[in-house]
Amino acid sequence: MRRPALVLLLCALPVAIAACARGETQTVLRFWAMGRESEVVTELLPEFERTHPGIKVKVEQLPWTAAHEKLLTAVAGDSTPDVCELGNTWIPELVALKALAPLDARIAASTGIASADYFPGIWATNVIGGSTFGVPWYVDTRLLFYRTDLVRDAGFPDPPRSWSEWQRVLAAVVAHGSGEHYAILLPLDEFEPLLALALQQPEPLLVDGGVRANFASAAFERTLDFYVGMFRKGYAPGVSSSQISNVWTEFGRGYFAFYISGPWNIGEFQRRLPPELAGRWMTAPLPGPDGPGASIAGGASLAVFGHSRHQDAAWQLVEYLSRPSVQERFHALTGDLPPRRSAWESAAIAGDPYARAFRDQLERARPVPQVPEWERIVQEMRLVAERVVRAQLSVHDGARELNATADRMLAKRRQLTAEGATL
Amino acid sequence: MRLTRATVLVHGALVVAAGLTLLPLLWMVSASLMPAGTSSSYPPPLWPDHPTLENYRILFARAGVGLHFLNSLIVAVAATGLALVFNVAAGYAFAKLEFPGRRRIHQVLVAALVIPAQVAMLPLFLMLKTIGLVNTLGGVLVPYLAGIFSIFLVRQAALALPDELLDAARIDGAGEFSIYWRIVLPLLTPILVTLAVFTFLGAWNDFLWPLVILNDGDRYTLPVALASLSREHVPDSELMMAGSVVTVIPVLVLFLALQRYYLQGLMAGAVKG
Amino acid sequence: MTRGQAGLLFAAPALCILAVFFLLPVCAALALSVTDFDIYALADLRNLRFVGLRNYVELLSRPLFWKALGNTLYFTAVGVPLSVAASIGAALLVNSRLVRFRGFFRTALFAPVVTTLVAVAIIWRYLLHTRYGLINFGLGRLGIGPVDWLGNPHFAMPSIILFSVWKNFGYNMVIVLAALQNIPEDLYEAAGLDGASAWQQFRHVTLPMLGPTLLFVSILTVAGYFQLFAEPYVMTQGGPAQSTVSVLYLLYEEGFRWWNLGMASAVAFILFLMMFAVTALQLRFGRGAET
Repeated sequence: MRRPALVLLLCALPVAIAACARGETQTVLRFWAMGRESEVVTELLPEFERTHPGIKVKVEQLPWTAAHEKLLTAVAGDSTPDVCELGNTWIPELVALKALAPLDARIAASTGIASADYFPGIWATNVIGGSTFGVPWYVDTRLLFYRTDLVRDAGFPDPPRSWSEWQRVLAAVVAHGSGEHYAILLPLDEFEPLLALALQQPEPLLVDGGVRANFASAAFERTLDFYVGMFRKGYAPGVSSSQISNVWTEFGRGYFAFYISGPWNIGEFQRRLPPELAGRWMTAPLPGPDGPGASIAGGASLAVFGHSRHQDAAWQLVEYLSRPSVQERFHALTGDLPPRRSAWESAAIAGDPYARAFRDQLERARPVPQVPEWERIVQEMRLVAERVVRAQLSVHDGARELNATADRMLAKRRQLTAEGATL
Repeated sequence: MRLTRATVLVHGALVVAAGLTLLPLLWMVSASLMPAGTSSSYPPPLWPDHPTLENYRILFARAGVGLHFLNSLIVAVAATGLALVFNVAAGYAFAKLEFPGRRRIHQVLVAALVIPAQVAMLPLFLMLKTIGLVNTLGGVLVPYLAGIFSIFLVRQAALALPDELLDAARIDGAGEFSIYWRIVLPLLTPILVTLAVFTFLGAWNDFLWPLVILNDGDRYTLPVALASLSREHVPDSELMMAGSVVTVIPVLVLFLALQRYYLQGLMAGAVKG
Repeated sequence: MTRGQAGLLFAAPALCILAVFFLLPVCAALALSVTDFDIYALADLRNLRFVGLRNYVELLSRPLFWKALGNTLYFTAVGVPLSVAASIGAALLVNSRLVRFRGFFRTALFAPVVTTLVAVAIIWRYLLHTRYGLINFGLGRLGIGPVDWLGNPHFAMPSIILFSVWKNFGYNMVIVLAALQNIPEDLYEAAGLDGASAWQQFRHVTLPMLGPTLLFVSILTVAGYFQLFAEPYVMTQGGPAQSTVSVLYLLYEEGFRWWNLGMASAVAFILFLMMFAVTALQLRFGRGAET
């Protein structure tokens, strides 16, 4: 009976084909990138391939919403790419999975990448247990995008600086406008706005070295109450981003006047808003409980996977994309903000009025806890917040439930830490 | 008079029902021909004012749907071929060839019917990981190689084969394999076609397992690619409709061509139950 | 080669595949469900512990599990009767002696069954759009205000049920149709002679004769509806407010999103036990009704 052999052959065929493709003399780098960056980065690659003959880069575009899931699946299935764009909050998770290659030796030997040139808060998110696992690609913090005309018409010439001021502006915008409209868009499927507000509080979100949740604190409850209040008072529609078919169109129509978002939207707003909206919107730092507040020290890093057989080539790509000149082009294409001070000195970025608020906000950017469970905890935070917004839970019960769930998620980490494992 | 009124009523109800089932599919085709952005307006257009194939061009040129189509085709064809090889032989053996432990094994298989496939999914992933089949089309194929339902479907049909025919062949000195090849398979042709259509449609339409086992965008089958595209391109409804057309039309055509076999298989399964 | 040897040889390949790729993983899943296999264990097997029934206990104490269970039961309890009723209604219509173009109508009503679930779920996502969807447009014409189908926690599951009925009823319709055609004509003639109305004929002749078929159909449909996954994955991603998270969706999230394979295996076994129990109940109820 030759049938089993036939099956094995058929099953092995795709593997064999893949292996042959790899066996060519040319190195094909598999590079995973997300969202808008993944589209734009293809414009930067021809120059890399020209200056690095023998290396071809194959970009795979992942939607941000599916990226985390796909990365973990790749690690679990041993099918990781060579080099990848990573949200810097995911680095602890991938390091716990032993998926990333440590880069310290390469950084020390590199002439182009000097850690001192990077914003220290952002660089630190890539260092786990003393080793560096990523090189920051761009910085990302969340702040206000707002319609200057609508806010001015409502009687406020300047953007709000504190929560109480912000409340007054939101109330005025809702009262002033006409047609179906709100003051602010806080999509229920995004955790970032609430997270940014929560980081403004002095209380940390996790305690005891990141093994216990601290969401039952009075400070977090205040934040949740403020966030939920924006929905309860009718300033924000209780919708998720998939229900807003097109954020830019609706922002242009005045369906909402404030939107909490990140730097990539500078480029998107410039590209996608109708021309008559030019000069009628601006960015502003995020208001805090009493005066200008903190926000997330986010961003994306470039990391090399430990399973990659082309780590040298992958590192060359990382070095290339980190060059200040390439970063300036990247900024021009996306609006994404470079993590290097030298790149910020370029005229294009220094003169960009929309980037100014980000520069200011970055001074008050706070990192999120560096634990592998963070992504899951923060998703749970979003789900609980959604239920509170929909009045299925009270603010108090929501905070307590979140705390209990997060504590449960951290149980294994507590156990391993207690046993003295190095995590 | 009463007769005509009843006739009108019955046909009216059928037309409404058929309209409800077909309308979404017709709208899919129509919207796929609309220029980008025009279907999301109020009132929603039913028909494109300026039909265009631009969405299909973007789909194949930029989103690489041709590759996904090929992946789906490879998976569905290979799954169908392999399923035929394994299940038909086994189904025939269970019907006509007494072998040690047959009754016991048959009972085990009947009992195993109630286990949902998803129970096996998690360890299967880990198993395929150790043999390097994760993220390959070969890995997608594994669950289709043999199926209890398929074996029983063939067994049911094979039971109806007359024993005298097989015995006569044996008396003539034919070997078991040549009996299977020359007599059994030709007689089972209708059920083979049924099984082939079922497996092909099942493999083409399946979502959860390929979603789990495939990670590389280039290897995605159409449904997985479509789901991934639909998360990325929420506002591009026309593009997504073009993708749906490309995914749905092949199976619809296949069904229309072979519907007699498909429906027979469906009813055979029901009668057996 | 004896007939027995030939039988073994013919059956062996399929049986080996089933043993290796199905029965073995099922047993492994049971083993996995009493461990804490998670990303720490994925990185280093020394981080794997035996935890007994802790996954099951913990699962039963989680609000999300109960929510997923409730959603799945809601989907099944409303979806299956609707689906079966639609199948019977459609089969009766298509089977009517008055119908012309029977083949066309049967094919038209069956078409959604063979379509790709993911693709048609995407179509429906646009049809159900609050502002630009055809469904709200049609309702608007009837004077019914826009319904936020997929964005409102109260309407999301009904939307998915509606979609599933549309997608699935044709399958059972064909089976019921076959059963209808097997009902001897003289039963109706006799009932007609007794002066039974159309409804009485349906109630006292058709339904009893369909009994075994309906039992079969409802067992299959319940088993299928318990495995709700792709609809919420594509249409709502489990939202809004987790109102469309099903048990299988929970399994996927635990297992393949967060890689808690131990916990996910426990979910898989609970799903299995539930389906087993419901099928057994239906069989018992069905047999009781027959005698």
